[in-house]
Amino acid sequence: MSESFDFSVLDRILDEIGCEQKSTIAILQAVQEHYRYLPHEIFPYLSKRMGVSEAKIYGVATFYENFSLDPKGKYVIKVCDGTACHVRKSLDILERLRSDLGLSEDKVTTDDFMFTLETVSCLGACSLAPVVMVNDTVHPTMTPDKVSALIRELREAK
Amino acid sequence: MFTNREELIQARNRYRLSYEAEKRRVVVCCGTGCVSCGSLEIFDKLKDLMEKNGIDCAVELQEDPHPDTIGMKKSGCHGFCEMAPLVRIDPEGYLYTKVKLEDCEEIVNKTILGGECVDRLAIKQDGKVYRTHDEVPFFSKQTRVVFDYCDRVNATSVEEYLAVGGYQALEKVLFDMTPEQIVEEITESNLRGRGGAGFQAGKKWSQVARQKDPEKYVVCNGDEGDPGAFMDRSIMEDEPHRMIEGMMVAARACGASEGYIYVRAEYPVAVARLNLAIKQATELGLLGDNILGTDFSFHLHINRGAGAFVCGEGSALTSSIEGKRGMPRTKPPRTVEHGLFDKPTVLNNVETYANVPLIIVNGAEWYKGIGPANSPGTKSFALTGNVRNTGLIEVPMGTTLREVIYDIGGGMRGENEFKAVQIGGPSGGCLTEEHMDLPLDFDSLKKAGAMIGSGGLVVMDSSTCMVEVARFFMNFTQNESCGKCVPCREGTKRMLAILERIVAGKGEDGDIELLLELADTISHTALCGLGKAAANPVVSTIKSFRDEYEAHIYDKHCPAGACRKLRHYTIDPTLCKGCTKCARNCPVGAIQGEIRKPHTIDPAKCIKCGACVDNCPFKAIKEG
Repeated sequence: MSESFDFSVLDRILDEIGCEQKSTIAILQAVQEHYRYLPHEIFPYLSKRMGVSEAKIYGVATFYENFSLDPKGKYVIKVCDGTACHVRKSLDILERLRSDLGLSEDKVTTDDFMFTLETVSCLGACSLAPVVMVNDTVHPTMTPDKVSALIRELREAK
Repeated sequence: MFTNREELIQARNRYRLSYEAEKRRVVVCCGTGCVSCGSLEIFDKLKDLMEKNGIDCAVELQEDPHPDTIGMKKSGCHGFCEMAPLVRIDPEGYLYTKVKLEDCEEIVNKTILGGECVDRLAIKQDGKVYRTHDEVPFFSKQTRVVFDYCDRVNATSVEEYLAVGGYQALEKVLFDMTPEQIVEEITESNLRGRGGAGFQAGKKWSQVARQKDPEKYVVCNGDEGDPGAFMDRSIMEDEPHRMIEGMMVAARACGASEGYIYVRAEYPVAVARLNLAIKQATELGLLGDNILGTDFSFHLHINRGAGAFVCGEGSALTSSIEGKRGMPRTKPPRTVEHGLFDKPTVLNNVETYANVPLIIVNGAEWYKGIGPANSPGTKSFALTGNVRNTGLIEVPMGTTLREVIYDIGGGMRGENEFKAVQIGGPSGGCLTEEHMDLPLDFDSLKKAGAMIGSGGLVVMDSSTCMVEVARFFMNFTQNESCGKCVPCREGTKRMLAILERIVAGKGEDGDIELLLELADTISHTALCGLGKAAANPVVSTIKSFRDEYEAHIYDKHCPAGACRKLRHYTIDPTLCKGCTKCARNCPVGAIQGEIRKPHTIDPAKCIKCGACVDNCPFKAIKEG
């Protein structure tokens, strides 16, 4: 177990949510909200406190798409590629973002940890397709030029 | 806090009088669509202007009637997202669309003070001005029953839910009905599950009610994962109390005292609104122990999903609530016998629960009066894609596709012709011109090889390639396959590989037959609904658009011109000025030519990236 890792964050979360197995997903969500990813140090610690095997907790973390074992950027950009967005050409938007940010299918986070680029199956904002979500804000009826402008704006805002 | 029936009735009457007494109500749509188009700023601006002008306005519904007050309401989604942001003004019912901050002053001066309509903000169609909400064809052709009040009240106010008759069903089932009568009423109404399969809710409830185990659960499936569907999101965000009330009726009928709502991770607003609604109901004594002084107790919990489509499947969903990997299991035993925590469980979808209070209050006979006998009631659809009026609609079951697309949807967007509608998401199929007059209900669609699913309707025009659509859905299902059973895990992978080959121009003779054979095997042998239905989009597109598949495979041609790798790029020598911009932007050096003379593209080198088209200032490069 890492010496330098601060486990008080986990203690606080466990005290609030409880240590039962049925809370595994809620606990991991709270941890991810704090760190923006799941640091590997948490698994042995959670296992000990919850009395659930490390494999089981890790299994949950890898099963669900929203959990990330890698650190994410300050701005998580989700390009919706649901059906409605797809037929209104969301892939063109994804391509533009990849080229603007120098990212690819395999490299999803910029080196300065400013941006993480993901696709998502549907944000439920289909009537405004194509949409892009930056953290929790939905940006409607996007075009490649509009996303380029959005990136410039976010870069300047830092 | 209400401790008995009388107190609830009095509060409801008090809030109804207060609501009706409001001189005028300014309802600003604060659904996701309108918020992202700036409706919150419009709400603030209107409020600001009214306060500056000394107009008496109130955001909260007051305890006593104030006949001079203007009520300001942040409502749920009106459904007409295409025209966002929307502002409705009652009692006149004026509907203003695409409202901008600059319009607020005129709205205050003309409508709020003078009661006059600002015509330039009203909907104009075919030369006619539609001033009020009820006149607009988009709304007048609908039957809004489940969504009946969400465009008139504050979506986050339990007082306003009470003002429009909320928690009457709860009151009725607690004091005027036995659990058996509740099950009977729901069975009699023939309410069918809105999650996709269309199983009779009454039958499910009676099976759970029959179980001897004293511990039972009521679970709401809010894991609306179908891409292109957002009906349940709207109910959870805009009418959380109605859905919760439906769950309480189910709990009373089946003898459960604990409930869980499983909400998709991508819906943070829904989670917040449900949490608020639970808090409000608990404070009023409508949730908790000994509700309204009876022996009925009910506690509700919310579980947030973590991004797994398969969790929409019943046994995967309960397993996820238990804190495990969301994988389906073999059935039987069914969820009604061994569901959540291995206890008998009622599991219904959001829209199904939202229908329940209506049936209890108005009776099964009333409900059966809407739509056909075998699928009564209304159904909400998310109308999206290449149609003019996108948004959320509610129509009686049995409405035809033509009415939905042309009367409500306003026809096709842009110049292109109608080609198909994808219904039911990744488990559904395509409907074409020949199905235009088919009634949309559970049984008719099944016969046509499609399904209602949760209610996503994606309209596609002639620029959409159906093979690419099939590939898109297969890619989705393949990604979401949980990996437990071989037919789904391996079969979808193989089908996707074939489809990817076809759209890349590498299709081979026999591919169509192989796809159909795989589809047949997967649908017969997969463990859960996700796998069983995985091949539906492929089978249905092959059935209706076999010629498109053949064009891709044999002619290496995409008739819709959508598949990039099958496109051909040529330079029109009469338009090309020889500026060399395309040649400089071509990443593989496939464009040759002298300066100021027409250039040419070498098809052997071209990777069909389209960079030349995007960069040509003279529109000289043709795609085909």
